[in-house]
Amino acid sequence: MSGIPLTWYLIVAAALFAIGLYGVLARRNAVAILMAVELMLNAVNINLIAFWRYLTPDRPIGLAWALFVFTVAAAEAAVGLALVISIYRQRDSVIAEEMDILKY
Amino acid sequence: MTAQQIIFIVISAATIVSALIVVTNRNLFHAALALMASFLGVAGLYVLLDAGFFAAAQLLIYIGAISILVIFAIMLTRRLMSASEPSFNSQWVMGLVASVLVFGLFLYVIIQAWGGAVAQTFPVLQAPMEAPGIADSIRALGAALVDPNGYVLPFEVASVLLLGALIGAIVVAQPEKKS
Repeated sequence: MSGIPLTWYLIVAAALFAIGLYGVLARRNAVAILMAVELMLNAVNINLIAFWRYLTPDRPIGLAWALFVFTVAAAEAAVGLALVISIYRQRDSVIAEEMDILKY
Repeated sequence: MTAQQIIFIVISAATIVSALIVVTNRNLFHAALALMASFLGVAGLYVLLDAGFFAAAQLLIYIGAISILVIFAIMLTRRLMSASEPSFNSQWVMGLVASVLVFGLFLYVIIQAWGGAVAQTFPVLQAPMEAPGIADSIRALGAALVDPNGYVLPFEVASVLLLGALIGAIVVAQPEKKS
């Protein structure tokens, strides 16, 4: 037996996803939360490309999905960081807990 | 253990360690640098998976564009995060428990569905099979993206999404005009 089993990629991606999830749940700074979201999106992409390579290398399904995840990640980063900067201008804060205007 | 496996272990260990730095480091700027290292590790995994185009795209989009955006955002909002302020919210223990539980669940499902006896039965799970078309996969992807029976509609939707995000980011980040 040589080569890398598929499960190794899946486990690395699961670890990356769990780390990103912890960052999203525990961080206070909105920019740090966005960074953790990017980690989670990367974990998903590893899974998509690993499944494409191992199970359907002759059809580009996984690659197409990974490309759309890339697109969505870029859009999410641009809009998310623009929102953070806009909120910072209005409220002088990037702490997620203090973004509570909609609550009252 | 083959050379490929050792390379895989080194790359994924680097990726996971820098991901841990991203979510735990108090200094946001250092966290952003670790994020770049983590993206680089993921690009290395793409190379191991014979997806060279995606490794290049990862370098350009994630390390080149998204990381720079993040660093700009950190610098524009910087003085707020002084060292004295806590960088984790009050529920961080619950968050830690939740993410460890999620990881355990994933691990259980992965081992159940793809590991052990299943992997013994299907040799394709042990190592990627020889795929002669792998070098042409980017050509196939490009053809599928503009094929009416393929992904032309999601492709167009993605381009509209990017345009919307572009305009939205400009509009949202614009300073309010004083009337």
